[in-house]
Formats: sequence, C-alpha cells, structure tokens
Amino acid sequence: MSVSRDRTDKLREFLQLLCGHGMGLTGLIIILVFLATALFAPFLGCVDPGRSGEFANILLPPSSQFWFGTDDLARDIWSQTLYGSRVSLTVGILAAFITVVTGTLVGLIAGFYGKWIEEVLMRIVDFFMMLPELPLMIVLAAVLGPSLWNIVLVVSIVSWPTTTRVVRSQVLSLKERPFVEASRCIGAGNPTLMFGEILPNVVPLMFAQAVLMITEAIYAEAVLSFLGLGDPTRISWGSMLHFAFESGVMARALWWVIPPIASIVALIVSFSLLGTAVSDILEPGYKETKGF
Amino acid sequence: MTGLHWFALRKGVAAFLTIIAILCANFVIFRIAPGDPIRMMFRDPRVSAQQLQAMKEKFGLDKSLGGQFIAYMKGLSRGDLGLSFSHRRPVAEVVAKRIPQTLLLVVTALCVAVVLGVALGALAGWRSGTRFDTIVLTLSLTMYSIPTFSLGIILLLIFAYHLAVFPLGGIVTPASGFTGIAYARDVLWHMLLPAFSIVIWYIGEYVLLTRSSMIDVMGKEYIITAKAKGLKELGILKNHALRNALLPVVTITGVNLGFAVAGVIEAETVFSWPGVGRLVYEAVSKRDYPLLQGVFLLFAVSVVLANLVIDLIYGYIDPRIKVRG
Repeated sequence: MSVSRDRTDKLREFLQLLCGHGMGLTGLIIILVFLATALFAPFLGCVDPGRSGEFANILLPPSSQFWFGTDDLARDIWSQTLYGSRVSLTVGILAAFITVVTGTLVGLIAGFYGKWIEEVLMRIVDFFMMLPELPLMIVLAAVLGPSLWNIVLVVSIVSWPTTTRVVRSQVLSLKERPFVEASRCIGAGNPTLMFGEILPNVVPLMFAQAVLMITEAIYAEAVLSFLGLGDPTRISWGSMLHFAFESGVMARALWWVIPPIASIVALIVSFSLLGTAVSDILEPGYKETKGF
Repeated sequence: MTGLHWFALRKGVAAFLTIIAILCANFVIFRIAPGDPIRMMFRDPRVSAQQLQAMKEKFGLDKSLGGQFIAYMKGLSRGDLGLSFSHRRPVAEVVAKRIPQTLLLVVTALCVAVVLGVALGALAGWRSGTRFDTIVLTLSLTMYSIPTFSLGIILLLIFAYHLAVFPLGGIVTPASGFTGIAYARDVLWHMLLPAFSIVIWYIGEYVLLTRSSMIDVMGKEYIITAKAKGLKELGILKNHALRNALLPVVTITGVNLGFAVAGVIEAETVFSWPGVGRLVYEAVSKRDYPLLQGVFLLFAVSVVLANLVIDLIYGYIDPRIKVRG
C-alpha cells in the first residue's frame, strides 16, 4: 500500500515540476492538441481521408468546403492532416514502448549478470549501433512489406540498443549500492533483485528514453513514408509529402505541402521540448532549485 | 608493440568482424522476406512455370540455403553484388557510378557543418549565458528538429520554383556543354541547396556538442591558470580551451556518420542528385531488391571503415591511449 501511495505521490510531484517548466509545458500542450485531433478526427469536420473525390474538385485551394484544399485525387487535405496524426502518434508511442521495454530488459540482464552474458549482449548492441539506421530501416521495411505494424517493428528493431546501453551502465552502478547488497543478504533471489530492487530505480531513465524514442520513431515514420514505404491504407504526413512530391505539381499546391510539414515539425519539436524538460527534472538537485 | 599498435590492431580486428557480420546479416535479411522472391518480382500471372524456374536458376535461388550463402560470399569476394532488376546491369557497376557524386556532396556538407558548427558552438560555450548563446542554442535545437527532406522541400519550393534562383535538381544543367570552370560553377550551383539542407541538420549536433564540451573545459583549472597569467582571451580560447574541447567532437563525427547517411538519402531524393542516396529511393520505388542490398552493403561497410579511421586518428591525438593501449 505504502509503496503505491509513494508512487502516485512521485508521479504527482513529477507532473507539478513539469507544469512549472516552461519548455516542458509548451511541448506537453502541443502534444495534447495533436492527441485530441487524433482521437476526435471524425468529429472535427473530417471525411474519409483516403476517398478520392469528384474530378471537378481536384487540386482546389483552401475554401469553406475544403478547409485545407484538396490533392490531385480530390482528397480532403484537412482530413488527411488530422488522420495523419493518428499514424505518427501510433507509431511513435508503440515503437517507443517496445523499444524501451526490450532495451531495458536486455540492459538489465547484461548489467546484472555480467561476465559472458554481458559480453555477448553488448557485442550485439555494438553491432546494431554501428549500422547506419535509416538504410537498415529502409531495407527491413522494403523486405517486410509496407504496413503500419511493420514500420513499428522496423523502428523497434533498429532503436532498442541505445536504451540497452544507457540502462546497462545505470544497472552497473546500481547493483553495487548497499540496498541491493542488503536485499541479497536477507535472501532475495536474482529475479527479486533485478525486478524488485534495481528496476524501480531505472524507471525515471526509461521514461526519459521513451520520450526520446517517440521523437525518433515519428521522424523515422515520416522519412520511410516519404520514400514510399508507408502503409498504403493509412495516410500519414510522410505519405502526403510522398504523393505531393511524386505528383510534380506541389509547387502550385502549397496547401498540400505546408500542413504535413508544419505538423511533423511541430510534433517533433514538442516532443524534443518535453524530452529536455524530463531530463532537466530527473537531474539530481532540480527539485531543490524549484523549492520542493 | 606499443600501446598504439595494440589499440590499432584491436580496432582493426573489431571492424573486420563487424563487416563479416554485416555481410551475413545482409544475406539473412533478404531471405526472411515473406513469400517467394521470384513471385514478388514478377507479379504477372502469365509468367509460366518454366520461366519462373529459369529465373530461379539465373538468380541462384534453386540452390539450398547453404549453397546460396556460399555462392553469395564467393560473388562478394569477386566484387559481384548480383544483377539489378531495373537497370539490367550488375549492381556493383550501377552503384560505383553514383559514388563520386555522393562523396562530393557529403564531404562538402560535412566540412562546412564541422567548421561552422565548431566555431559557433565554441563561441556560444565561451560566452555561455549571453544573448548570442541563447540565440545559437535555440536555432540549433529548432533546426535539429526539422527532418532533412521537409527542409529540402521547403527550400526547393522557395528558391527553385518561386524565386527560380536555383535549379530544380540534378547535378549539371542538361545539354549545356559546360567545360572547365563553367562546369565546376554549374555543379556548385546545383549542389548548394542539397548541401545546405544536410548542413543545417548536421550543424546543430556540432554546435550543441562543442558548446557543452567548451563549457566543461572552461571550468578546468588550467583555464583559470591561463587567465591568472594574464594571457589574451583569444589566445586562451584558441590554444587552451578549444584544443581540449575538440576531443569529443572527433569521436562524435564517427558516431554521426550513420546519421549523415540518412541526410544524404533524404537530400539526394528531394533534389534528384544522382548519387547513391537517390539510388535508394529509386530501388525502393522499383522494388529492386538486389540494388537495395548492394547500396545497404556499401553504406554499412563505409560507415564501419570510416569509424575505424576516426578511431585511429583519435588514438593518435589522445595521449592517454598511447600509454595504456
């Protein structure tokens, strides 16, 4: 009981600190706006973003009927932009989740057991970190076929080693601390030590990594879709730019290009801001400077 | 053997093993693809069974997996990367033709980014907390968040379409017949926008890194000593602070090469720059797997080799490695 009370208190304190952090708050608000448009897209004047319209409605500039205009297949750009946030956020959050969970688990095992287990795991990590990320993602996405889930998978496969490296070095120092030693002395087994004692102390780090990974995953999805590896059944900001670029008429249809670019940049910037805020707050001593 | 020799040997062996692992991974990746590769290539249902069989034999897919692996390794040792579907020529030949253009673009962009980034970062770190520092920091963070291809599209729309001061793409004006200086000027004019979009993204990294490294160094005792001796400020910046602040910058250049590849693929795609990066885009849109495989191999192996070179340079300039090995 007291443990869970302690955690909710910590979470509340964390949120309070975040709201007091100018950059963090700005980022959080923009993210929440995108989250809202993703959730409520059908109620915000959206039509089916993938449905082609009538011939007369091709490449129309913004108007009262089409708020952001239409593309070369007479599809509504406002709807595409709003639905696009679903793809970015889904890929971002899912890939970050998988990456951080996998990365933490491997880092925990490597750091805790040491010896040959650590040696083998860290060589694998080194190998992945040496490979150029984007080409590897392109190759995997091309081979697996274009779909949203494959993009999530591909981004996760390429990104987990970063988290492993960070978590491992944290675990190396944590396992030497007295509280782990004390727990071992009263007979705690390895699983208890790893998940009961060390893991809770890695959680803040996981959180910071997750925000970073979301940013990278959103970026990766946008690039892959722009290169034509996006999910053909779901319009994303990257694939909007892909179609605009391929159409050859994007110079005459700025309304087609500006919304996806602005959205990508806004979402990435706001997650970067949030990331900066989170790492600031987790820095030891930050709380004291804010009078907590 | 001195410490430096051991260090070089260890790094060399590690790089060699990594390259072997990359070659194996490259083989595996293209065989985990769901479905029959030949069927994927020729989706036309009219292709007869005999024709499919002949295709399988041509690409060596009739052999067992082990046999395929041996054939793949043998081919690689001869510099044979297979046949490109879309170009109908050896992959190695197609890729090799694109390398000089990419090198020109990457090396130019990297040099500009490193020089400008280090200079701006060092000044910002030297004067940390001032308005100059804040502006540089904010700009770097923002620029760092704009994907290269988005920035490329913006630049293309503004400077090539609407203002028409730069070309829409390519490396030279077609059928212009330029030679000598005029040719070089034409290439430079074509290179400006793609290089700029890579530089902008890349520069942020160098600014942030040099800045924090500089702030770190500025707190060291030898800087205080130098100030106490009454040395000129600029002299301290140049001879005492910057020299030491640059060590981590050298390391990060190696780490960043992998990211530089991403910038190249995006910029070359947007500006139709006829390099290896644009080849990735072409291979993807034509589902030309052998070509994609070849380009991936080239990128991965060159990143490993470049890292090896940087490690060796680092070993040479960092005296601690000479002693410890």
